Amino acid sequence: MSSIVIQELRVSIADKEIIRGLSLEFSTGEVHAVMGPNGSGKSTLAKVMAGHPDYQVTGGDILMDGVSILEMEPDERSRRGLFMAFQYPMEIPGVSNANFLRAALQARLPEGEELDAVEFYQRLYQKMDLLEIRREFTARAVNEGFSGGEKKRNEILQLAMLEPVFAVLDETDSGLDIDALKVVAKGVNTIRGPEIGILLITHYQRLLNYIIPDFVHVMSEGRIVRSGGKELALELESKGYDWLKAVKPETVGAN
Amino acid sequence: MAQGAVTMTSTELSSILSGPGQSSAPGWFKELQAKAWEEFEAEPLPTRSNELWRFSSVKNLGLDGYVAAPEFSGDPFSLTRPREFPQPSGRIIFANDSLVTAELLDPALESAGVIFTTLADALKKHPDRLREHFMAQSVRLGSAKFASLHKSLVQAGIFIWIPRGVEIHNPFEVFHLVQGDWTTVFPHTLIIAEDNSRVTILEHFVSANPEERGLACGVNDLVLNPGSKLSYISIQEWSRNFVSVQMNSTLAKKDSAALNLALNFGGKYSRLESVSRMVESGARSDMLAISVARDEQEFDQRTLQDHQKPDTTSDLLYKNALHDQSRTIFSGLIKVEPGAHRTDAYQKVRNLLLSDDAEANSMPGLEILADDVRCTHGATSGQVEPEELFYLKSRGINDLAAKRLIARGFLNEVVDRLPQERLSEYLHQQIEARL
Repeated sequence: MSSIVIQELRVSIADKEIIRGLSLEFSTGEVHAVMGPNGSGKSTLAKVMAGHPDYQVTGGDILMDGVSILEMEPDERSRRGLFMAFQYPMEIPGVSNANFLRAALQARLPEGEELDAVEFYQRLYQKMDLLEIRREFTARAVNEGFSGGEKKRNEILQLAMLEPVFAVLDETDSGLDIDALKVVAKGVNTIRGPEIGILLITHYQRLLNYIIPDFVHVMSEGRIVRSGGKELALELESKGYDWLKAVKPETVGAN
Repeated sequence: MAQGAVTMTSTELSSILSGPGQSSAPGWFKELQAKAWEEFEAEPLPTRSNELWRFSSVKNLGLDGYVAAPEFSGDPFSLTRPREFPQPSGRIIFANDSLVTAELLDPALESAGVIFTTLADALKKHPDRLREHFMAQSVRLGSAKFASLHKSLVQAGIFIWIPRGVEIHNPFEVFHLVQGDWTTVFPHTLIIAEDNSRVTILEHFVSANPEERGLACGVNDLVLNPGSKLSYISIQEWSRNFVSVQMNSTLAKKDSAALNLALNFGGKYSRLESVSRMVESGARSDMLAISVARDEQEFDQRTLQDHQKPDTTSDLLYKNALHDQSRTIFSGLIKVEPGAHRTDAYQKVRNLLLSDDAEANSMPGLEILADDVRCTHGATSGQVEPEELFYLKSRGINDLAAKRLIARGFLNEVVDRLPQERLSEYLHQQIEARL
């Protein structure tokens, strides 16, 4: 079993503190949801885990199987098994989706070893079928001209192809209609299992109807203010995030 | 010049500055060459104060030291084989301006009357066509001296003539190979596409040795008769100590469609002048170029899109990927002449700066003397987008590989404009191998 341990993390961007002493643990075989209102620091958490260079960690640590990843470049974190699905996936003009995925998989092989092209396309097509992505998307430039839903499915395709140990999904549900959401959820549920730990970051409870989490954490003002089982998401749905404001002092005290 | 072997060779070979030597060309052509030599001698070398040479490192253009090409020693096929396009319609190979082989590989083309031969052969067999077309298009972008030099010393060249209505799908392939320090070559290409014909030419410029100095002074003239389609693609891989001056002219008549694509990889200083003249209505010219500049390489590109008649189109897209301390210069003019109404003319230059020390100079220009025209031009320079880089790195691709992937994608967009899929795939591979 592998685990990620986030300890008393503090993160700033341009001298503004966004994450203020956040602690969270999750392991392979588990699905955790992090919920919270806009501006609570959810996306910052995802980006700082992936190693975005604009964020400064001013305190605390992120450990993957006991090893701090904070000094690692984003590509090293990825090769060690950490994946982040972007809220706003980037377009890479002129680079085909297939070549992009091949480069990402090739980066995981020892030097001198070549990716087997036939095997690669077999796997790729299988995963694309699962995510209802048409074959022509292999030749199209990465995310260029993709609809919002196509971009999100493409993120899950990358997740399926790279087979990480930990996946952080940053608002993968945002901008999706219900059909696209179901396809994405089906993809994630297929990938889900004892070999992977998943952290779902979401604003809405809706996604959690389709991907049932084992644990739910509520984030506010850069901290986890409440943790519980899947029923916490429903409670939050009915009561709204304002309810947190009332309970905050107590939970912070318990932190 | 203390090394014995080099000195020996150099003294045996004549300097290019001694003018045209012995040749078996017909008298009228020798006269033309003699006259061109006088013009060459009368013209001064370029200086930076001349607007047409602004920003250019003209210090590279001195002509002392260069010698007429010696005999090519070694195996030319070891250079051509790894670069060959699969199944061309014909192939001509020159090594140090001497013919190695000329083959028309598709026998059906010969019976259709297609001429695919050397300049020397064409001078014997098709003198009238050469008299009409040989360097008939004026040079306007600054290199008149080099055009005269080329004209007076040219030996190796190709002449392609496609009869009316003949459509050739597989490209013709031409190689110009160079070997020997201080060697000079004068590659010449003349292609005439008759009415409604269709042809593609792929030309390679290759140095055998990556260090040897040399000079290439080349001319490429394309003539498109009504309704014809002509694509010309060049892949320039001269040595890193080479100086190259290449002058391309395209003459597009009624409803014809020209496409030029230059892939520039080699050379220390490479000047590429490209003129497209749309001389009858409905004519179109696509002008494309990719340059990958490294170390202290300089690519100096000057273009003219000359719209002489109404309802003509030109579309220019030049992309430069600059590494290290390399430089690029682009100066391009869209000229819409009086009466050339309803012209569509586009010009786009994009520079990807992969190093803080690289320098890209862009000088786009417009001169519009007609009404109801659509013209856009623009030049942009930028570095790799940090968010794109982060995205690729977050998938496990390291910094260097990610930048390479972004640069490749940036350049691929130009090649993707080619309508022929097999050819663009081949070119993608060629680019890949050189990045």
